[in-house]
Amino acid sequence: MADRVTVAKTYKLFVGGAFPRSESGRTYQVTSPSGAFLANAALGSRKDGRDAVSAARKGFGGWAGATAYNRGQVIYRIAEMLDGRAAQFEALLVEADGLSARAARASVAASVDRLVHYAGWTDKLTAVLGSSNPVAGPFFSFTSPEPTGVVVAVAPQQDSLLGLVSVIAPVITSGNAVVVIASTERPLAAVTLAEVLATSDLPGGVVNILTGDPAEIMPHLAAHGDVNALDLTGVGPELRTELERAAAGTVKRVYAPAAFDPTKEPGLGRLRAFLEFKTVWHPTGAVSLAGGGGY
Amino acid sequence: MTTALPQPGGAGGVTGPAAAAPAPASVAGAEFADVVADESSLRRFLHGLPGVDPVGVEQRAAGLSTRSIKKDSKKQAIDLAIAMVDLTTLEGADTAGKVRSLAAKARRPDPERPDTPTVAAVCVYPDMVATAAERLAGTGIGIASVATAFPSGRSSLEVKLADTRMAIDSGATEVDMVIDRGAFLEGRYGKVFDEIVAIREVCTAGGVRLKVIMETGELATYDNVRRASWMGLLAGADFIKTSTGKVAPAATLPVTVVMLQAVHDWHQRTGELRAVKPAGGIRTAKDALKYLVAVREVAGPQWLDPYLFRFGASSLLNDLVLQRRTQQDGHYSGPAYVTVD
Amino acid sequence: MSDKRFPLDWEYAPAPESAAIGRIAERYRMFVGGKFVDGRGDDLKTVNPATEEPLATVSTADAADVDAAVGVARKAYDKVWSSMPGAERGKYLFRIARGIAERARELAVVETLDNGKPIKESRDVDVPTASSHFFYHAGWADKLRHAGLGPDPRPLGVVGQVIPWNFPLLMAAWKIAPALAAGNTVVIKPAETTPLSILVLAEIIADADLPPGVVNILPGAGEVGRTLVGHPGIDKVAFTGSTEVGRQIQSTLAGTGRRLTLELGGKAANIVFDDAPIDQAVEGIVNGIFFNQGHVCCAGSRLLVQESVAEEVIGKLQQRISTLRIGDPMDKNTDVGAINSAEQLGRIRELTDAGDDEGAQRWTSPCPVPDRGFFFPPTVFSGVSQSMRIAREEIFGPVLSVLTFRTPDEAIAKANNTPYGLSAGVWTEKGSRILGMASALRAGVVWANTFNRFDPTAAFGGYKESGFGREGGISGLAAYLQEED
Repeated sequence: MADRVTVAKTYKLFVGGAFPRSESGRTYQVTSPSGAFLANAALGSRKDGRDAVSAARKGFGGWAGATAYNRGQVIYRIAEMLDGRAAQFEALLVEADGLSARAARASVAASVDRLVHYAGWTDKLTAVLGSSNPVAGPFFSFTSPEPTGVVVAVAPQQDSLLGLVSVIAPVITSGNAVVVIASTERPLAAVTLAEVLATSDLPGGVVNILTGDPAEIMPHLAAHGDVNALDLTGVGPELRTELERAAAGTVKRVYAPAAFDPTKEPGLGRLRAFLEFKTVWHPTGAVSLAGGGGY
Repeated sequence: MTTALPQPGGAGGVTGPAAAAPAPASVAGAEFADVVADESSLRRFLHGLPGVDPVGVEQRAAGLSTRSIKKDSKKQAIDLAIAMVDLTTLEGADTAGKVRSLAAKARRPDPERPDTPTVAAVCVYPDMVATAAERLAGTGIGIASVATAFPSGRSSLEVKLADTRMAIDSGATEVDMVIDRGAFLEGRYGKVFDEIVAIREVCTAGGVRLKVIMETGELATYDNVRRASWMGLLAGADFIKTSTGKVAPAATLPVTVVMLQAVHDWHQRTGELRAVKPAGGIRTAKDALKYLVAVREVAGPQWLDPYLFRFGASSLLNDLVLQRRTQQDGHYSGPAYVTVD
Repeated sequence: MSDKRFPLDWEYAPAPESAAIGRIAERYRMFVGGKFVDGRGDDLKTVNPATEEPLATVSTADAADVDAAVGVARKAYDKVWSSMPGAERGKYLFRIARGIAERARELAVVETLDNGKPIKESRDVDVPTASSHFFYHAGWADKLRHAGLGPDPRPLGVVGQVIPWNFPLLMAAWKIAPALAAGNTVVIKPAETTPLSILVLAEIIADADLPPGVVNILPGAGEVGRTLVGHPGIDKVAFTGSTEVGRQIQSTLAGTGRRLTLELGGKAANIVFDDAPIDQAVEGIVNGIFFNQGHVCCAGSRLLVQESVAEEVIGKLQQRISTLRIGDPMDKNTDVGAINSAEQLGRIRELTDAGDDEGAQRWTSPCPVPDRGFFFPPTVFSGVSQSMRIAREEIFGPVLSVLTFRTPDEAIAKANNTPYGLSAGVWTEKGSRILGMASALRAGVVWANTFNRFDPTAAFGGYKESGFGREGGISGLAAYLQEED
């Protein structure tokens, strides 16, 4: 019996919880490291970027307003769903990224663990990074971290799954919404992860995944007035300078680590990069004219 | 509850144009008739007043305290403060002799400096009024008397009315009543209101001005001070007064600021000028000047008048006299130069 | 109904602080490598904005001086400061805190003469808060491992700092203290119009025997700042000033990998609900916009008042503003001092004229204004709508724009409807509304039933185009340390 002909997939974008084609109608061919054709991916455009930002803005309010407990559960659910499809991702990493079976297993496991790690951060960030401030006056003052808003990220070009997960997870952990551009040459883990996200109770718009060329899409998003922060982890030095300059026009927060090793246990830097700190003051004062209420 | 608002004003202790001028015909009657129609309306009104943030009002008071008054203004302010003093003795040990020497002090706060103003009034218990009246006849100095079972106010309305009548009959020109703090704290505002109105009627009939003591130290919060102040104004008090002097804390600058704000706002709404009297705890000229700054900036410059602002105090006068000498002489004076009575 | 024995109204006699206390010298020099040296730039003359008279001549830096100062700071970083035990660094900072406190009166006078702010503000706010900032950060120097940034957080290196003219000494303290506590060395440029107090601080730093080169102060105009922030020897830039300049700096640093924090402009909404403690709200509105002549990035320049109490609040506000005293900043009774420069006065006039043209109703405080010096009377515009320039642009002067709202949602929408996000105020006695509003407002500092409070333990800084990074508290410290990713 002859080998069955495989079903070649055309992958789409993941925007606002749906899977649209690129508005440009363009696709590009994704090949394996050995050059074999694997699939067609959508070649995202400037307008796709704009639509993704709108979707992220819509998703942001509800996600930021959700309880930390709820966000933790959703991120944990993503981990569960990814774990449940581990075999599929392992096979994909072997075929599309050229990893050994062993390396692929390790990478998927690390991705699951990374999500579990951040799922546990949602309800601790405020306590760890926030403070009650002992100000020198009759005021109660406290400082809490809050999400920055809409973050546009470029995933690492290598480590197509673990790198992507390591970029997305800290951004959404604190309540931000993200538009992420997947590895251009290795986008299949990302578009497959979108299927995981779509079935993980994650509200639409919180994570939006584009495929295509960051050099084409990013300059527009770096200058976009409704984008609050950039994560340039997967951007090379030349484009980085251009994007940072564009970001200055609206005083965006820019996170651009010199190097990124997603296999390393994460610190707090990535989480902090997409946080604002809000300080609230309120008078305390004497509860009575006699200065009552003391010890 | 009474539905008709009493008319404040009437002849007072302080002589001069201010005392002669009656308060304007009350428009409060029309403006606030609904408010005092029944107890629940009154409660709604009082609880609808804006709250007072303690830290904010205390910082405002502290800010007023940093105003610096110098030279001529300071001299004028000290003279004004002397003329605003209700020189007070309210002791169980008061005797006719003590009251007579107080009256002498009131007439001539600084015997060696006859240009020193006289005080606004002396303030004594009802049974001492006759003694004071005899010594102050023809001076224009007012005779204020605490009444209504001062300081606790724990007696029947009949006794309080009788106490008030006795003071007036003995020659008092001003009556300092206490409110029923127990009833106030229970939320029985109608009872407190009616009692003020009843005393007010006796005072009006006797042609004397009424000061209503809130005893703010027992009201415990600035919100209560504001409510009590408005209740006093609604009931026709000529003065709203902080304290009996028998409860700590007595007058404080922030509490007085809240009261000054109340008379200011009352004036805005009715056109009527009502007076404020902090009492107890104001001992130095420096403190008195801080209060005058507050009077000027919170109520308004027209309240810088003994008709509209008083200090209830016993030892304050001596420090004012001492500082007055310092201002005049250009060097510090000493307590040996000020009479002790 | 006045008692004619007494003047109807007594005036506050002038109670001027003595200018002699400031001991203003004829000429000031840069502070580099622990020494006071002449710069190669042209001398500048700093004037007293309240009299328009020259105060002193100040030597300024040129590009070569910037280069030299960065080199000196690098050497101090490598050789001394970065490797000094935290406890020792801390002791130097404690010394500086004490030094400021000891010379507080002098510093207050210098600040008021050079800046034009009322002496009561420089005396009660600027100088004590500057001292407390050093005191607070001094204690961090040997506790960095407890700051939540890892077991051994490292300093960044040489820090270039540029500060504005509105709080010259206080901004210097906000910048220098955390940088030094974290182990960095500093090259800092004060504003062109207010270089004096930081040069007195330099004397305090010198007296504290701080190792030479750890703090270097380069007076000069904008060009010196531009050279400094663009210098390749700088590892981190901290800037406080206008959003426009902030954008330029961010653009200059693009792609360099150098760290940056920006504290920029604001257009804060001060929101008054109908259940507010009205009298304190009025105080807060006054403090919010007239503190430091409104030369405050976090000033409550947009009053959002609920329609049901708008008339009452505006009436009380106008009365209260009428009691403010404008004039000689050295007078202890002065509430509103001088505008810092002719240039700034021009900008305020331009924007308020725009308010007239756009149809807002101008009300000006009746209090008399001196005929000499740069003064602008407290001004309130009512009938302002969101689209007017006076509701959108930072005026940086004693000018309040009053807008109204009907519902909390409308208040939030209007408050957040600005590219800025530095601060906001909320006035209501309803606790749940305070917390709800505080959470909904996109601003770095929310003052509820108070306004314009600052403390070294409490983080301060903006959302959106008001900048990024914090000053004060742990997050302020984090801006001067390396953190693990």
